[in-house]
Amino acid sequence: MTSQLRRYHAAVWDEPIVMELGAPGRRGLMVPYADPDPEAVRQTWELVPVSMRRQQPPALPELSEPEVQRHYLHLSQQTLGMMGINLFGTCTMKYNPPVSEALVGQEAVRDLHPYQDERTLQGALEVVHRLDLVLRELSGMDQFVFQPGGGADAAYLHACLTRAWHQDRGELSQRTEIITTAQAHPCNPATAAAAGFTVITLPLEDDGYPSLDALRSVLSRRTAALMINNPDDMGIYNPHIKEWVQAVHEVGGLCFYDHANFNGVMGRVRAAELGFDACMFMLHKTFGAPKAGGGPAVGAYGCTAELAPYLPGPLVRRDETGYHLEDGGPQAAGRVREFWGNVPQVVQAYTWTRSMGADGIKQAADLSVIANNYMEKRLLAIPGVTKAYPDLEAPRLEMTRYSLADLTEETGVTVVDIQNRVVDFGVDAFWLSHEPWVVPEPFTPEAGEMWSREDIDYWIDVLAHVCEEARTDPQLVKTAPHHQVVHQIDPSSLDDPDRWATTWRAHLRKPPSTPSDDSKDH
Amino acid sequence: MSSSRGTFAHPYMANSTPAAVQQMLEEIGISDVEDLFVQIPGDHRLSRELKLEPALSSEYELRRHVSEILAKNASCADHLNFLGAGCWQHYVPALCDQIIARTEFATSVWGTAASDHGRNQAWFEFASQLGELVGMDFVGLPVYSWGCAAGSALRMASRMTSRSRVLVPRATDPERLSVIRGYCGAEAQAGSIEVVTFEHDPQTGQADVADLRAKLDADVAAVYLEVPSYLGVVEGQAELITAFAHEYGAQAVVGVDPISLGVLAPPSHYGADIVVGPTQPLGVHMNCGGGVGGFIATRDEESYARQFPTLQVSICDTIVPGERTFGMTLFEQSSYGSRENGRDWTGNSVYLWAIANAVYMSMMGPSGFLDIGTTILRRSHDAAQQLAKIQGVSVPWATGFFKEFVVNFDGTGKSVRQINEALLELGIFGGKDLTQEQPELGNSALYCVTEVHSPEDIDRLTDALRKVLA
Repeated sequence: MTSQLRRYHAAVWDEPIVMELGAPGRRGLMVPYADPDPEAVRQTWELVPVSMRRQQPPALPELSEPEVQRHYLHLSQQTLGMMGINLFGTCTMKYNPPVSEALVGQEAVRDLHPYQDERTLQGALEVVHRLDLVLRELSGMDQFVFQPGGGADAAYLHACLTRAWHQDRGELSQRTEIITTAQAHPCNPATAAAAGFTVITLPLEDDGYPSLDALRSVLSRRTAALMINNPDDMGIYNPHIKEWVQAVHEVGGLCFYDHANFNGVMGRVRAAELGFDACMFMLHKTFGAPKAGGGPAVGAYGCTAELAPYLPGPLVRRDETGYHLEDGGPQAAGRVREFWGNVPQVVQAYTWTRSMGADGIKQAADLSVIANNYMEKRLLAIPGVTKAYPDLEAPRLEMTRYSLADLTEETGVTVVDIQNRVVDFGVDAFWLSHEPWVVPEPFTPEAGEMWSREDIDYWIDVLAHVCEEARTDPQLVKTAPHHQVVHQIDPSSLDDPDRWATTWRAHLRKPPSTPSDDSKDH
Repeated sequence: MSSSRGTFAHPYMANSTPAAVQQMLEEIGISDVEDLFVQIPGDHRLSRELKLEPALSSEYELRRHVSEILAKNASCADHLNFLGAGCWQHYVPALCDQIIARTEFATSVWGTAASDHGRNQAWFEFASQLGELVGMDFVGLPVYSWGCAAGSALRMASRMTSRSRVLVPRATDPERLSVIRGYCGAEAQAGSIEVVTFEHDPQTGQADVADLRAKLDADVAAVYLEVPSYLGVVEGQAELITAFAHEYGAQAVVGVDPISLGVLAPPSHYGADIVVGPTQPLGVHMNCGGGVGGFIATRDEESYARQFPTLQVSICDTIVPGERTFGMTLFEQSSYGSRENGRDWTGNSVYLWAIANAVYMSMMGPSGFLDIGTTILRRSHDAAQQLAKIQGVSVPWATGFFKEFVVNFDGTGKSVRQINEALLELGIFGGKDLTQEQPELGNSALYCVTEVHSPEDIDRLTDALRKVLA
């Protein structure tokens, strides 16, 4: 079963910072001139109040266009992305089809202005509406919006809607608490707090989720909402979720289903049927739009008809004359972002759903869960690997959390060391866990439906190999990576105000930690 | 085995062959895939089969289907466009599109510092170059939009000063203002921030400094100013305003359009403490509003740095002397590090656009920004002058603006709605209708003129308006 491990090596361009490149006077892009005559230019500058005229040019690099191209291509070559094998848990690494990229690269998407007369936007509005309908079918919700720029933004939208809902009932000053669990994504408690609520976080119990009793113990007239995922990112599904939702409703709170982990349950559960008031899907995860390193992204937010009046506009409606943009109603919460959302990602997600169909979506869920359980069998055969909550016998869903604590105890090699070494084989770092860690030395792969069995086997073989190296040659692992773009990071300066540098300017001002060839800097 | 489809393997799913499923199930030791879903109780399951439109299994049919829908759009490529207001038509160099189409950049998540090195460097170069434009040394990774950046900055100021009121121009972009108000919280909640607006001088379009001053006191956490303003005006009293803010111990938060910073002074030069603004003008297509992003930048001082809600990329060392790499600074204070105890929240935002922005700034260099700023100043002023000569049309603030300007149609007897309707028939998207949202401006529209508008384009607009208003 062990395949030959690839003799991978990352491209090493030793690429300077762009500010270190080029020469005075070089141009990378010419823009149209109004009138290059110096007198005309002088008169133009006089249009700006004296105190507001720029006196010194910005110290940007001066490169010819090919130099710019080569530089950024080198940087792309020094980025692993999904070029190897990437089973990053909770991110649902799946195929981002080029056909979708081609579609959104057309002028008919990229050159649209959101304020165009809606008669000229019928195509965009139709796609938004069609995806809205697909997501309603997948969730049982009555209305979707795509304004949130990511999953966290959708959680924030829910907190804002919760605020508007309770304010409308004159209860906002009383409803001060939002409840979540230790396994919820950090954005759930964080957005709740940013929206003005106090957060109550329920700890996990022996079954892998908080008990219903624990929930009941924190419910009161102060409860504004519950924000929760299910299954969590250990692949554990809370079978009491319906009772949870009921209990929160009984005290007058709203329930939000964070569908970060939808890939394992799509086609089997619908948020509305479980009683939820709202849910969120991530188009850049489950629905095939690219991760892009962290966006542009869409947290598609859907809710019941009862909550819909609180949605910020614009909403897309359809009637016999076509598609229309409607402002939010008088009860609407404020916007969480300008305009209607990341339309290209909506187009990409819609395209993905049409490629898959209902059968394909259900099949993707099946394959994800099958592949995860297949992985689990092989992973638990690696000495030093254990499962979080090992006594829970039911098969996990599309993800399982593991611990390498036994290996660490035996060898001193940590899960971060292992991450640094697997990248030497073209396998990108696996995800560990959100903070705070539920198990020590955690890692969480997610197989998904894209990767082949050979890819999955290779990933496991690499991990098994590195775990073995941890025993036979721990220093090799602890000083990894060795076949990568650069060596292991020394993070000691990152949180030191005297040494951190988020800009080149700051870097030049601050003393280097070690002698370097910064002498060639200006 | 309860596989739901068995006639062909899906091209996106390598294991969708019956053989692969069979093999894996055997390895797991079960015969029915449903056995893997026992955690989900029966009464949680779908009440009925999913009803979706049939799959378009061939890429040709799929592409044709979506293309036919998109063909119902008209765009700013086939129409002459004068809409701006938060999303602007600038030329996007082909190289920007080429670089962000790279699969490595399009598919990365969070690897190690080494496997993310190239991308992290591109982000560092975004921050470095943007820092040069705005005159600030500490720049975070971008947020969702200008409004979100402004809202975050006001919350930063509130935390820094322990005060809970902010002053914001009344005539701010309504969408941006809605986002800002949301970020400042609801009145009924403890800890919310009160948003108080100040006026502009109707004669000049610049801030009504007397009104601003009257509203300043020791409870104000921040004064927020935009340069240019939503209505296009370049504030001549910016330094005075930031000084007033500082007099009362408030933070000066300034929102700027980075495309203007080749000709307009960097805000750090006139007293800005926190600088925010849009990223879309720097090499990102409008994407129907999906191109927007926002930045936050400050001086490299701990008191500011420790308030950023974002992650930020720092250049740093590796374990090999003389070798450099990049890592995330101040992770602990983010929501990833501290959940509800972190600074607001962060997450996926517009990190790929940051790479397009970096490429754009590298291509432009100082000369490019000077040229584009000059061209936009010239073209927008010429356009304003030309329009003002049309019978019934006036431009209230005909000088001292950048890129956008208000056009008043009160003298024409026609509404902006009617005018834009007629312009549309002539293949022109007229400026944004301000009539409802800024009623004191009368029948007015906000026209946006950039480097994409040639003198012939302005002539075409002028001729069209003459025709429409005849």
